[in-house]
Amino acid sequence: MSTTVNVAARRGFLNAAVAFKKTGGARLNKHSGTDVFLEFDDVKKSYDQKSLVVKGFNIAVEQGEFITLLGPSGSGKTTVLMMLAGFESVTSGTIAIRGQSINKTAPYKRNIGMVFQNYALFPHMTVAENLGYPLGVRGMAKADQRKRISEYLDLVELGDFGNRYPGQLSGGQRQRVALARAMIFEPTLILMDEPLGALDKKLREQMQYEITRLHEQLGFTVMYVTHDQAEALSMSNRIAVFNDGIVQQCAAPAELYEKPANAFVAEFIGENNFIEGQVDRIEGKHAIVTIKGEGTITAEAAEGLVAGGRCVVSVRPEKLFIHPSTHAHDHDIKATFVARIYVGDFIRYYFRLADNKEIVVKVLNDLSAPEFGEGDVGRLQWLTSDCIAFPHSGEMPGVTG
Amino acid sequence: MRGFPEYFTIWHIAGHYALRGIAYLVLAFLIVPILVIIPLSLNAEPFFTFTKGMLALDPDAYSLRWYQAILTDQKWTLAIWNSFVIGIAAAILATVLGTIAAVGLASPWMPFKRVITALLLSPMIVPLIIIAAGMFFFYTTFGLVGTYPGLIIAHAALGVPFVIITVTATLTGFDQTLFSAGLSLGASPVKAFWDIVIPLIRPGVISGGLFAFVTSFDEVVLVLFLAGPEQRTIPRQMFSGLREQINPTILAVATLLVILSVALLVTLEFLRRRSERLRGSM
Repeated sequence: MSTTVNVAARRGFLNAAVAFKKTGGARLNKHSGTDVFLEFDDVKKSYDQKSLVVKGFNIAVEQGEFITLLGPSGSGKTTVLMMLAGFESVTSGTIAIRGQSINKTAPYKRNIGMVFQNYALFPHMTVAENLGYPLGVRGMAKADQRKRISEYLDLVELGDFGNRYPGQLSGGQRQRVALARAMIFEPTLILMDEPLGALDKKLREQMQYEITRLHEQLGFTVMYVTHDQAEALSMSNRIAVFNDGIVQQCAAPAELYEKPANAFVAEFIGENNFIEGQVDRIEGKHAIVTIKGEGTITAEAAEGLVAGGRCVVSVRPEKLFIHPSTHAHDHDIKATFVARIYVGDFIRYYFRLADNKEIVVKVLNDLSAPEFGEGDVGRLQWLTSDCIAFPHSGEMPGVTG
Repeated sequence: MRGFPEYFTIWHIAGHYALRGIAYLVLAFLIVPILVIIPLSLNAEPFFTFTKGMLALDPDAYSLRWYQAILTDQKWTLAIWNSFVIGIAAAILATVLGTIAAVGLASPWMPFKRVITALLLSPMIVPLIIIAAGMFFFYTTFGLVGTYPGLIIAHAALGVPFVIITVTATLTGFDQTLFSAGLSLGASPVKAFWDIVIPLIRPGVISGGLFAFVTSFDEVVLVLFLAGPEQRTIPRQMFSGLREQINPTILAVATLLVILSVALLVTLEFLRRRSERLRGSM
């Protein structure tokens, strides 16, 4: 525990900021405009001078924030990270730290910690030598190095492993060493490129907790890249969802899940049902949508929706209830039972709507989980506030089938 | 002894032993000419044959006089000195240049990779006599014929392909993110290369250097063309020794060279295993 205090004390001002954040005092809001630590201003990247891999990335990050770049592979999120680390040049736009552009700063002068996907530990050096490397490069005296190394080994709970070689460690232990090495020279910004991708599920969850703990204790800013949404949702202050080189939405995890900005985000984050329909009219924040064979329903209207146009209505499987249910509801439609799949903690029901589209319902595995025979007709119920109508883009995943 | 599978017929077994016998014969055919010079070099008489005394294992029929002759004959000591100086200098030059070339060729942004590789490896393929003749005319212009630098540069050119091949082989297993990690930790590219890349490709660098040394050490064609009397190397001295004064001195030198080669081979094998261990552990 004393180790933690030492390390944290050196980072004093950062720690205070984090404590403030944890008490809920500072709402992380990019519109506040104050105290911007890291800023991407219309950053574009092209490898071949023809097509853009990153098409204008903007974000303002506050000191101590945990930002995750989430997206399918090839969406440009790793390229953003590599430009920030300095391993890729910026085609146009500026990346600035504390208002100073770092576009022309060499990677080894940026003082940014980085955790690589495959750990990138030096196999010919012991764990202690790996941790000491950034300190030696910075000309720290040997005695101070030793002290700092043992502090950080304790911090990642590897106190007795200093003399081992990376080859003698397990995957989780290597990951801890990689983390410690990225933190030991006390950078204010740490980048992580899918750091948990190579670990099994149990270890990954444990390391997620570990990273969150270190982040809160030491107060550094994190930019984290992953394609695992559960990881992103559980660790981040804000998540930028990437697709096709563009940020689809950048928001806090709950907002991303509850209020997706467009159909891609609704589809990509969590599981979702999409029901095709036609916008009858728009009344303030709500859209009245005609669903073929089911009548009309009211849904929250997403941006870009026009009266008379085609749309898809999204509703999450866990927000759907099967009649009879005690939950409040605004909608009640009939659907044909197709299958019931036992998953363990919950049960998945598949129903077919009048237009032959399948719809999934997730029910907690308790006594109220109903039984159906094939071809039975059930009634699905949900709230208006739990469904959103998005404009139909024609090529949306999960909607075409 | 390991038993044969039950389905083996007598012919299978006969074939098994026949294959074994032939393999041993081939091995003997390759090794015996080399091994036979070792006892012959200990001959007390100035002949290239086994004397009656030697066959009777008479201690008086054996002697180290030819080894002594090497060490006292100024021609031989100069040749040994020359071989080591030129060999080591050429090996160092070839190792440095070859390693840099291999690292450059391993970069994904290297243009004309195939053409440059082919050019650099050409000394291994082009007949030596052609290289020697070309170098002779070229070096004359710069006054390099009959000088140590001339011979060292020429031998380094022959050694570079070996270094490129061995270093490239170790680099293919090298994880480039390690270098990036070094940069992200604050090391300049040169420092990161020295601290991280070099230690990890060291086995390839050293074995390349050893190959370059051996190449220079037993090279005679370039020496014939480019060396003056002052730069005579061991192979060159053996060559003239064969024509001028046939005695077992040459066999004694040959024996020493065999021992040296075995030592180098053992070193190489040791390095290879060590690098495999390092690689395997990561």
